[in-house]
Amino acid sequence: MSLIQSSMGRKLIMGVCGGVWALFVFGHMAGNMLILVGAEAYNKYAHAIVTNKPLLYGTEVALLSTLVFHVIFGVVLTLKNKSAREQKYAMTPNGEKRTSLASRTMIYHGTIILFFIVYHLITFKYGKETFVTYDGVQMRDLHSLVVEVFQQPAYVMGYVVCLMLLGWHLSHGVSSLFQTMGLNHPKHTPCIKMLGKVYAVVVTLGFISQPLYVIMTSF
Amino acid sequence: MSEIHKTMTIHLKIWRQKSPNDQGHFIEHTAKNVSEHMSFLELMDVVNQELILKGDDAIEFDHDCREGICGTCSMVINGNPHGPEKATTTCQLHMRKFKDGDHITVEPFRAKAFPVVKDLKVDRTAFDKIITSGGYVSVNTGSAQDANNIPIGKHTADLAFEVAACIGCGACVAACVNGSAALFTSAKVSHMALLPQGQAEREQRVLNMVRTMESLGFGNCSNTGACELSCPKEIPLESIARMNREFYCAEVKERPEKEIGGF
Repeated sequence: MSLIQSSMGRKLIMGVCGGVWALFVFGHMAGNMLILVGAEAYNKYAHAIVTNKPLLYGTEVALLSTLVFHVIFGVVLTLKNKSAREQKYAMTPNGEKRTSLASRTMIYHGTIILFFIVYHLITFKYGKETFVTYDGVQMRDLHSLVVEVFQQPAYVMGYVVCLMLLGWHLSHGVSSLFQTMGLNHPKHTPCIKMLGKVYAVVVTLGFISQPLYVIMTSF
Repeated sequence: MSEIHKTMTIHLKIWRQKSPNDQGHFIEHTAKNVSEHMSFLELMDVVNQELILKGDDAIEFDHDCREGICGTCSMVINGNPHGPEKATTTCQLHMRKFKDGDHITVEPFRAKAFPVVKDLKVDRTAFDKIITSGGYVSVNTGSAQDANNIPIGKHTADLAFEVAACIGCGACVAACVNGSAALFTSAKVSHMALLPQGQAEREQRVLNMVRTMESLGFGNCSNTGACELSCPKEIPLESIARMNREFYCAEVKERPEKEIGGF
């Protein structure tokens, strides 16, 4: 029997794949903070990524495959979990025995985030293409597309909500990955839990600051 | 009544189910003159007396030692297995934890692996099956050796004792949003993996116990921590992480059956 056939093995794979995405979203957020620097820095950064084919394709393959495993095993495990309690309780736990809502609702925010990722790719990666030339090199003017999209209040509101859900997902997911990998120790776990929450807040605030910056500077 | 024996009125909503296949329903019952010194099970005894006097069937519930050590009593009280108080079994939960006029909902432990037998009584044979699959150690025949021949550090002994305190009540399964038995299984795996006596079957034990657990209809652990909060013996989540480590290592190292002794 291999690890992938056991629920515990599947959970480990789901967690590690989620961990890859947790690292990616931080890198994605940090890189895109260049929008605060200016159009040229932002576009040159994007151009450097898309012209580095091994990096681009390697990252895309890694992200797509980890997303597929994360989603499939997430759904498979959730379905098994739901079937483990056929009749629900009339009352939910309260007081000292209540657990965090984020940890109990991972599948729901996860699903919304999945749809957001698809919509996000359609909007930006496969969105309108205009070009700009810096130092004699023609490149995609991604900055103008981002600014145009981030000037739509309805889009920004939806974006902020989805990013907050991502932060919520990470607030449980990051520290949970350590537990799933078997890393729990009274000396380190409180710190891991705290850092998991800080990580979620940093990623969320970093992403949210970008449309807010665009809105504030466009008036 | 004097102040020493304060009494209260409690409005109960109790699950009744005639048989495993019955749909079940809640009944409402108001218990008057409930002493604050009563345990929750004693309240149920009083309710049963009242029901019997009215000609109804008594509500069936599991109980045995009533000292918080056997793990027989169960019940989900206002959504909390063993009630709202931490590190307490239902039999050790006292009515002074409630207020006069409180509404209390009492349900059985709900999990596919713990089918309701009747009313609040559930079948926890699934736990026995997990134990049978690996909860044992090999011992040499003959007279027992001197206990001091097996040195065990105080720290290790304390860690093993912490998880050995599991009474197998099933509150972890009842509390878990996924109906997972990870805390129970991990307590048993940890208990023996930590001690020298458990080393002979260490790897096969975790494989057998986890696979048995997964085959019995329990859900998977998603690290919500509800089990740890509901455990009357406060078994820590750390033991689930230990079981995870033990399982991954044993799974990776496991050899195909045909190769064993094949040289």
